[in-house]
Amino acid sequence: MTTSTSRPSAPPADHRLDVGADLGSLKARFPLLAREIDGAPLHYLDSANTSQKPVDVIEAMDHFTTTSYAPINRSAYRLAAEATDAFEAARARVARFVNAGNPDEIVFTKNATEALNVVAQSWGGAHLGAGDVVLLTHMEHHANIVPWHIMATRQGIELRWIPLTTDGQLDLTDLDHLLDGAKVFAFSAMSNVLGTINPVADLCAAAHTAGALAVVDACQYVPHNVTDVQAWDADFAAFSSHKMCGPSGIGALWGRAELLDATPPFLGGGNMIADVRVDGYTPAPVPAKFEAGTPPIVEAIGFGAAVDFLNGVGMERVHAHERQLTAYALDTLTDRFGDEIRVHGPTNPTERGGMLSFEFRDLHPHDVSQVLDQRNVCVRAGHHCAKPLMRVLGAAATVRASWYLYNDRCDIDAMADALDSASDIFGLPTPRT
Amino acid sequence: MPGLEDLYREIILDHYRTPRNRGELPTPPASVAQGHNPLCGDEITVYLQVDGDAVTDVKVGGQGCSISQSSASMMSQAIKGHSVTEVKALVRRFKSMMSIPDPGGNDGAADHPDGESNDAGVSGSGGEVPDLGDLEALQGVVKFPVRIKCATLAWNTVLEALDRSSAPTAS
Repeated sequence: MTTSTSRPSAPPADHRLDVGADLGSLKARFPLLAREIDGAPLHYLDSANTSQKPVDVIEAMDHFTTTSYAPINRSAYRLAAEATDAFEAARARVARFVNAGNPDEIVFTKNATEALNVVAQSWGGAHLGAGDVVLLTHMEHHANIVPWHIMATRQGIELRWIPLTTDGQLDLTDLDHLLDGAKVFAFSAMSNVLGTINPVADLCAAAHTAGALAVVDACQYVPHNVTDVQAWDADFAAFSSHKMCGPSGIGALWGRAELLDATPPFLGGGNMIADVRVDGYTPAPVPAKFEAGTPPIVEAIGFGAAVDFLNGVGMERVHAHERQLTAYALDTLTDRFGDEIRVHGPTNPTERGGMLSFEFRDLHPHDVSQVLDQRNVCVRAGHHCAKPLMRVLGAAATVRASWYLYNDRCDIDAMADALDSASDIFGLPTPRT
Repeated sequence: MPGLEDLYREIILDHYRTPRNRGELPTPPASVAQGHNPLCGDEITVYLQVDGDAVTDVKVGGQGCSISQSSASMMSQAIKGHSVTEVKALVRRFKSMMSIPDPGGNDGAADHPDGESNDAGVSGSGGEVPDLGDLEALQGVVKFPVRIKCATLAWNTVLEALDRSSAPTAS
């Protein structure tokens, strides 16, 4: 591994964003949100799926590509050292954003899904055996289920599940019993369907009391909340850049240093080795041990810029803004549609993040989504990669609207208006209000 | 974007609200196949009673969007009482209307070079092919590409049920 001794290139300056109290002016920083379709504005309500990108991130990636792009960690010339420094500076920013103990505890992965696979398959591959128990919850999405199913098939681990209450919270009544003898407790910090925000620190403490590792799927949580993995006292946490104003193609696994040290490599190749011989290899120290091959270099720069952007806004303000929109959306939909809309998950906006999954009248979510699309309202319809949860909810699919710092009340109103037109198209009377 | 009236024709909504041939058949003697659209969760179950070379009864189960369910309902009406050969030809004709090329390419059904202006899409081939009838109402789906999989789910499923009906009963 090449270590740079040159001066780092100047990273993009941190932005202290001058935004209004309601963050409404932020929409203008997202070029895509200025797009019109059929001459009308776009209402992007699918940020739990993936977020739009601010000009700050786009320009940082463009600037790096046009001035500093070069291989990292393997060439001695100044340009390559500059690129390596920028790449590592991005890692340090991401580490600070979640309050990791040190930057080397952040492993860049393809996305949160890959991060969870590293934990399940590499850590689990070395430390879990037949009959070992992994505790999951019924609100997990497939990324925190299927890797453990793979390990159940491969190594005979046993999966247990925490059920849900009727209002979409974890039912922790039998937590101690379910954790008894468990080696891992893997759970989402925030549900991608219900929006439920879980008591992460309490769950980590319960895991540790039982002698289990706490693995936090934080990909819905980190983009919308102040995150402190040390305050959680978690062991691993996974999140993605593309849900937090950064580019797709890069995510992060945070792990406590000693756990990452005790985890075998996930992929083999260049960059992840200290030595390779004809009779074997010696892995590089973390985080390089988990970053085989040329990483997403420009995307890492964008990830760092996204973190700068969010810090510039302030995560407390992001969270407060989304909570206001959630309360507004709950009020608006209830006022306008009453019993004709069935919202899943907690009804108290303080217990949930910025999304609502719902069923509208007896219309299928695909049909609802189709009509909403006609009004440029972008929502997700389907099972949201959480089929076990959908079975618990008794729904084959739901409509999910999710918002972020760039959304405003107009977006919610546009969705409600579009729901009215769905009633018209399907020949249903306008709901009483 | 084309207007939603091209997609949600009244006849489609009628089949969605009042699906025909809804239910199950005892298996055996009927064959059954299930189809899923993993993208969106649409599910279709098709029961076929095949006697000799004739599809003598068909029942449909499942749940999903208006397009997938109405297409299944119309399919069940269109194939009932027809020979296996005719049903397979109808599947090809329907898929052709949906701008899906026939991989066999053996009956000239896939003669639409593009999916843009697929107007009628049902003219031509042999007189033994059952009439599309109400199914022509689904041709507007072609203008909404993400919904084509909804419309074709029942048709792929009926092909699977046909294959199973021709397999030895032991399976």
